[in-house]
Amino acid sequence: MLESKVPSGPIDKKWEQGRFEMKLVNPANRRKYSIIVVGSGLAGAAAAASFGQQGYHVHCFSFHDSPRRAHSIAAQGGINAAKNYRNDGDSVRRLFYDTVKGGDFRSREANVYRLAQISLNIIDQCVAQGVPFAREYGGLLDTRSFGGVQVSRTFYARGQTGQQLLLGAYQALEEQIAAGSVTMHSRREMLDLVVVNGRARGIITRDLVTGAIESHAADVVVLATGGYSNVFFLSTNAKASNCTAIWRAHRRGAFFANPCFTQIHPTCIPVTGDYQSKLTLMSESLRNDGRVWVPKKAGDKRAPGDIPEDERDYYLERRYPSFGNLVPRDVASRNAKEVCDEGRGVGPGGQGVYLDFADAIRRLGEAVVREKYGNLFDMYEEITGENAYKVPMRIYPAVHYTMGGLWVDYDLMSTIPGLFVAGEANFSDHGANRLGASALMQGLADGYFVLPYTVANYLGSNVLEKVDPSQQAFAEIKNHVHQQVDRMVNIRGKRTVDSIHRELGRLMWTECGMARSEAGLQKALAKIPALREEFWTNVNIVGTGEELNQSLEKAGRVADFLELAELMCIDALNRTESCGGHFRVESQTPDGEALRDDEHFSYVAAWEWTDKGWNLHKEPLTFEYVHLAQRSYK
Amino acid sequence: MNITLKIWRQQNADAPGQLATYQVANVTPDMSFLEMLDVLNEDLQAKGEPPVAFESDCREGICGSCGFMINGVAHGGHRGTTVCQLSMRFFKDGDSLTLEPWRARAFPVLRDLIVDRSAFDRIIQAGGFISAPTGGAPEANGILVPKDAAETAFDAAACIGCGACVAACPNAAAMLFTAAKITHLNVLPQGQPQRQQRTLDMVAAMRKELFGSCTNHGECEAVCPKEIPMEFIARMNHDLRRATLHPHGD
Repeated sequence: MLESKVPSGPIDKKWEQGRFEMKLVNPANRRKYSIIVVGSGLAGAAAAASFGQQGYHVHCFSFHDSPRRAHSIAAQGGINAAKNYRNDGDSVRRLFYDTVKGGDFRSREANVYRLAQISLNIIDQCVAQGVPFAREYGGLLDTRSFGGVQVSRTFYARGQTGQQLLLGAYQALEEQIAAGSVTMHSRREMLDLVVVNGRARGIITRDLVTGAIESHAADVVVLATGGYSNVFFLSTNAKASNCTAIWRAHRRGAFFANPCFTQIHPTCIPVTGDYQSKLTLMSESLRNDGRVWVPKKAGDKRAPGDIPEDERDYYLERRYPSFGNLVPRDVASRNAKEVCDEGRGVGPGGQGVYLDFADAIRRLGEAVVREKYGNLFDMYEEITGENAYKVPMRIYPAVHYTMGGLWVDYDLMSTIPGLFVAGEANFSDHGANRLGASALMQGLADGYFVLPYTVANYLGSNVLEKVDPSQQAFAEIKNHVHQQVDRMVNIRGKRTVDSIHRELGRLMWTECGMARSEAGLQKALAKIPALREEFWTNVNIVGTGEELNQSLEKAGRVADFLELAELMCIDALNRTESCGGHFRVESQTPDGEALRDDEHFSYVAAWEWTDKGWNLHKEPLTFEYVHLAQRSYK
Repeated sequence: MNITLKIWRQQNADAPGQLATYQVANVTPDMSFLEMLDVLNEDLQAKGEPPVAFESDCREGICGSCGFMINGVAHGGHRGTTVCQLSMRFFKDGDSLTLEPWRARAFPVLRDLIVDRSAFDRIIQAGGFISAPTGGAPEANGILVPKDAAETAFDAAACIGCGACVAACPNAAAMLFTAAKITHLNVLPQGQPQRQQRTLDMVAAMRKELFGSCTNHGECEAVCPKEIPMEFIARMNHDLRRATLHPHGD
């Protein structure tokens, strides 16, 4: 059933072989085809611009006012590429190896290898566009090292690499808009997918200013709509990031892969109150010099300076003597949760741990610490009002990225022919845990260098009948969308959309967050349908569907999160092993570390939606080039 | 704290607008300004009143979605800060704050505090890019970029396109926005082949969108959340003169 369509041959020749076997579309014929791209972040903007350059008719959709607002813009650290400019032992093979291992052996080898190969072209492309990467004095590109690897392969533009890469793609897209090859539909939200004779042939959108529901037809639909961390309400994602496009495609037949694989980042600023709207990430580099601790005694409310040294528990250093405060993201996050669950958390609400720079300041002097981390200390003070040179920072983990997404084959096509999925919206390359500086790489690889080949191959190898938005299939789905909007607006209950979303988020964070247990997941699975019922009977959306209505926009997204949440818990319950960001408390080593079960779970869990529930399909994962091994950081 | 808000309410682009007064009680210093508005909106909806429409997305000062005037100052007047990063710590009990959308002919109001900034995209379309079709790029280190040029390009490219510069300018000029993009691209070796044409076209697009002209007030630099300097406007004017005299290069 699930055909990954990985080309034959040795791994380093697969992409070359695959491309040679692909059908092409000759330049004169390209203008006869139309392509819909939903989303304008790194993957979407890169794809739309590239298709436009090649001569296709492209329609690009974004719910923002401008494509430049997409959440890719917020990525800080950098982008990996196996250029080996440092002469320090990097290679395509090593980037591939690090990514497969970092993903805890739950990704498809062939996809990851291609990603590592393409990483070389991405940097070339971005430099040509004028992305202002950091430079050496001689004018060559600078790189730095990043978590979990031993080479310096991360290209960066100060702390705003995502912004600069997105602006590069955005500018290429705007050039195509000016040329007339891409039509940009801003402030339009995709609310459904139109499948005609088994193929994706269009979408239904809502104009977020006028409320008009519109049909759009095309030969291919590409979804590049990002991840679903906001199912937790509080995450580091932008407020509007959502699962609606991929979820509605899922309900039309696209399988959803590994929904429970979420990444939780250990160093975020803790929640301060019930009004909190989102969480802010602090760079992981802080763990290089900060020491993480909590009081030894539960319920110790003394100020940090009043707690003597022998009453502090530097728990990461105690449990992981060799890696100490530098254990990987998932390990650091889980340990913070454990000490807080024991009642030893600090700050308001007890959901925080100290990240203390006192030792570093004593050792290096305040000036050196300021030079290294000054901007982060400033940001921390801006948000918390506390001076981290004087009192320890308080940090807590937060949801940051979702590795799961729509299932795609090697060509990035979903289980619906003609529906392609790129970037964070697909599941393909990061396995159960994404390495730092790899999200930008994957988004641009998919958009610039994979889809232009694979979409052409699809168009060249299939005869597609003409479709028209006025035909029955479109009218039916458009009508369905209308009804759903009307139904929501007319509930007129008592609760706001946000209050229900927050409740869902708290439940998911508690039961399907950093540590998951059978009992907890069962509890969540009992509560989610009730909360969904609460939404559909008691939500209150003020205003109508025929105007700019932000509550209605949020309501549609929360309705989908309420369904996705259930599938995440089902997937987490099914996967009784621990791997990467997915920690099942039942599956741990005697000393409390994550324990993989390769014999039973070396597969991609791809879920099919049916009216009676979900069916599980398994894509087996085999590892020919990277040998399976258990991670250890002791 | 208790805060009094006078907020511009306007149902759509064609409707007349007016200021409405609201009280927000129990504001804590840990809240961000937008979280205070979230609380207000929860209260309004509980009473069956339409929430205040305002834009925001990343809430960490990088996406450029947010922005409105607080007591006549774009983003509220804290240096280098977007309104989403503004903390309620900076305000005190009993403060009365007037919130209005960006005011500029080129930025029509869509609802309440939301304006249409698509004119900025059209300025970029006119020339705010380097033509480098996917696949044709030379090896990255084949193009040497002096560190100074890369730094200046970055300083200019840090613009988030929020529109505060236009809102703050007495002439509603988009000079700082346009100059930032022109500087970013014109200072780099990769940007040289299109330098003259880019400058001419982007300046023409800016005028066509009915933005005003710069008369050196400096309000734009004062409110820019990315602290982009006015010096870039001088660079743009320099390039414009050069391009006008030598449209095909020197």
